Amino acid sequence: MKEGKPVANNLLEMRHITKTFPGVKALDDVNFVVEEGEIHALVGENGAGKSTLMNVLSGVYPYGTYEGDIVYDGEVQQFSTIKDSEHKGIVIIHQELALIPEMTIGENMFLGNERGQAFNINWDETHALARTYLDRVGLSESSRTLIKDIGTGKQQLVEIAKALAKHARLLILDEPTSSLNEDDSKALLDLLLEFKKQGMTSIIISHKINEISYCADTITILRDGATIESLRKGVDDISDDRIIQGMVGRELTDRFPKRPADRKIGDIALEVKNWTCHHPIYEEKKVVDNVSFNVRRGEVVGVAGLMGAGRTELMMSIFGKSYGTHITGELYMNGEKVELNSPREAIEHKLAYVTEDRKGNGLILSNPISTNTTLANLKEVSNRGVIDADKEIHVAKEYVEKLKTKCPSVHQNVGNLSGGNQQKVLLAKWMFANPDVLILDEPTRGIDVGAKYEIYCIINDLVAEGKSVIMVSSELPEVLGMSDRIYIMNEGHIAGEVDAAEATQESIMSSILLSKSK
Amino acid sequence: MNVKTALRKYVMVIATVAVIIFFTIATKGALLYPQNVSNVIAQNAYVFVLAAGMLLCILTGGNIDLSVGSVVCLVGAVGGTLMCNKNLPIGLCILIMIAVGLLIGVWQGYLVAYLRVPPFIATLAGMLMWRGLSNVILQGLTISPMPDGFLNMFNSYVPDFNPATQFNETSFIVGLVLCVAIVGYKFKARVTRSRKGYENPSLTSEIITDVILVAVIMFFMTKLSNYKGIPVILIWVVVIVSIYAYITSKTTIGRHLYAVGGNQKATRLSGINTKRVFFFAYCNMAFLSAVTAMIVMARLNSANPTAGTNYEMDAIGSCFIGGASAYGGSGTIGGVMIGAILMGVLNLGMSIMGVDANLQKVVKGAVLLAAVIFDVVSKKQQD
Repeated sequence: MKEGKPVANNLLEMRHITKTFPGVKALDDVNFVVEEGEIHALVGENGAGKSTLMNVLSGVYPYGTYEGDIVYDGEVQQFSTIKDSEHKGIVIIHQELALIPEMTIGENMFLGNERGQAFNINWDETHALARTYLDRVGLSESSRTLIKDIGTGKQQLVEIAKALAKHARLLILDEPTSSLNEDDSKALLDLLLEFKKQGMTSIIISHKINEISYCADTITILRDGATIESLRKGVDDISDDRIIQGMVGRELTDRFPKRPADRKIGDIALEVKNWTCHHPIYEEKKVVDNVSFNVRRGEVVGVAGLMGAGRTELMMSIFGKSYGTHITGELYMNGEKVELNSPREAIEHKLAYVTEDRKGNGLILSNPISTNTTLANLKEVSNRGVIDADKEIHVAKEYVEKLKTKCPSVHQNVGNLSGGNQQKVLLAKWMFANPDVLILDEPTRGIDVGAKYEIYCIINDLVAEGKSVIMVSSELPEVLGMSDRIYIMNEGHIAGEVDAAEATQESIMSSILLSKSK
Repeated sequence: MNVKTALRKYVMVIATVAVIIFFTIATKGALLYPQNVSNVIAQNAYVFVLAAGMLLCILTGGNIDLSVGSVVCLVGAVGGTLMCNKNLPIGLCILIMIAVGLLIGVWQGYLVAYLRVPPFIATLAGMLMWRGLSNVILQGLTISPMPDGFLNMFNSYVPDFNPATQFNETSFIVGLVLCVAIVGYKFKARVTRSRKGYENPSLTSEIITDVILVAVIMFFMTKLSNYKGIPVILIWVVVIVSIYAYITSKTTIGRHLYAVGGNQKATRLSGINTKRVFFFAYCNMAFLSAVTAMIVMARLNSANPTAGTNYEMDAIGSCFIGGASAYGGSGTIGGVMIGAILMGVLNLGMSIMGVDANLQKVVKGAVLLAAVIFDVVSKKQQD
């Protein structure tokens, strides 16, 4: 951090920010200083607290729900809504574009900020103004074009034009290039550099080291909710290695249960060859590109990568084609070629997919533990379509005891359980389906350390029984601590395969960040 | 279960009892005259049957079926024409009526489940089409009267084996047998559970519910004994409602209905064919509408172009008053029947008191709203 500089030069100073969610300290005494007229990169692993920090800044988490001060433009600010921060010229562009496809560019740009009176929108003024801002970002499209008719690269530019229309002084871009190809990404970064010349200040959140070193003046690294360091171009070492080390450099303590050394790893249980899958809506986009991998009996295979690398999409498309279109590739289970067209068929072939999104895709929150446990294998507790309620309760209790799920009774609705216990119910559901191969997608997301350890023990028990586990995880220590072998995925394809014994966090992170996009 | 959760769970039962007590006092006991008790069933039979089907649709995610009343009318029009104008045998006519219902069900089920037409729109279209079509078939006229053989299937009473007395012994004895059967079955289930090493619910709470159940059944049967005995329509209703109570609570297809309404994506990823679940719900609704058409034809002794008007609203109202969630995934047949009874008692009580028909609608609307608000608020408190 730049000590001794005059404060007047700093457009933004976030001082000692601490933000706590029930059970988790998302930000712990974070200091973050942005100078006027610079491009400031904010980097860190998934879950490091970048988005939380920006949400605090933009008023998504209102004043009073966090500790610390936000000093912007020389004054302490107390934003209680996004509107408040936007009035001061702080505009955030989220990773998920907030544009409405069925509206025109102009309508989108002034959504919630309409020109004219409330009951008489001035469309001429709207489109004329839109034109001037579109010109600034270099978009030649008519402002009357529908958003759905332009590509993602141009949509991103519309978002920026929209921000300009709000008189942005501080532009925050969250992963702005994650859905762009290389040319569009370059154009976007050049635009930011152009704005910088005009005096605009930007904060860019990104995982792409090459982009950061291309445009950033200062780089702040967050890790586990704390500021690790701020590096200045031309003053500090901002090499790729230096940044990666800062992002991952945490100690590996004894957070993973030991597995017996005499474990047997058997034959290949599941093999995927040349798997390709397209986006369900943007059909021309390849989400998974020619991926091949395998998992053996009794083996834990880790799949590392950043969010958006296509890991979940890959796994869901394998699990009975539950994601994507134009899926091609071959699937072998125990050496036999299989075709799985629905989740039902996948389950029948003894494959299970434990979702990363336990609330959205995994559990029925309004239903009790018992019905959630048996949902994927109802026929086991029923006879000719009639459910044996007593047997169902019995089964649910068995799993509650086996997985040490903390709950008053199996009649408890899953929605009232903690994240860790919900995850256990989800695991119980798929263990009860009796699979040979389990795909665990982010099995420890959003749960506390104690529960994580218990989940790891369950995974070890599963492979000890001769089952195979594919573990998708964004947490590198977890991948390293639990896996026998690791595949590294980036932008839809496998960027590498390493033996867990030889891999380090740094080596994995570099193969992700430095892997060439196609 | 503490007192608060028990209150929340049984609030509609308590409300129904309160309403019955209120009207009993307000009508100076007329509400509970044997004749009126018997009439409540005959008048509301269609609501019970339709509400059972409607619950299945609502369970899938708060989806409703608006075409119900029109299907009742169309099936009635077809049946009436065949029975009275063409003089076809009654058995054949019933088969054709069921077939017409199933055909409509397959069509609407296909629209909703496989073409993904929003249920509201698919069934709104049905509501207009089937109503129009029945008017075409009936040419705007009423067909009447129905053959006696057909009427007897729904309108008659179970004969008394001792006609000498005023009192109908049959219904009283049926009531006793029913009570013994229910208590016996529950006792047997307890024995099986403890033999298999499963946990049993507490004996006291089971005894309390049994005593209440026996009291209600015997009170009701005694009332019927003092009138003409058990109406055949009651048997129809009890059988149909029992079947659906069984389907929703004990079978896998029932479980799938709740699961789809609770979380459709999770259900699909659990290997359940969610399209088939939607198809079943809507196909079944039209089937039950066909059954209702017969009940209504027999009660009105006619097939007429306005039959079934607003029946969908009665069914939907009963479901929501009975605690079905407007977002799907929760609700029971038992609850829905309580909802239907509450509506029925309100209708009868207000009619006996001579409340203006328009005011009656205001009251019923208010009750529906109150029930749903209660549901929403109590769910919010739980969270």
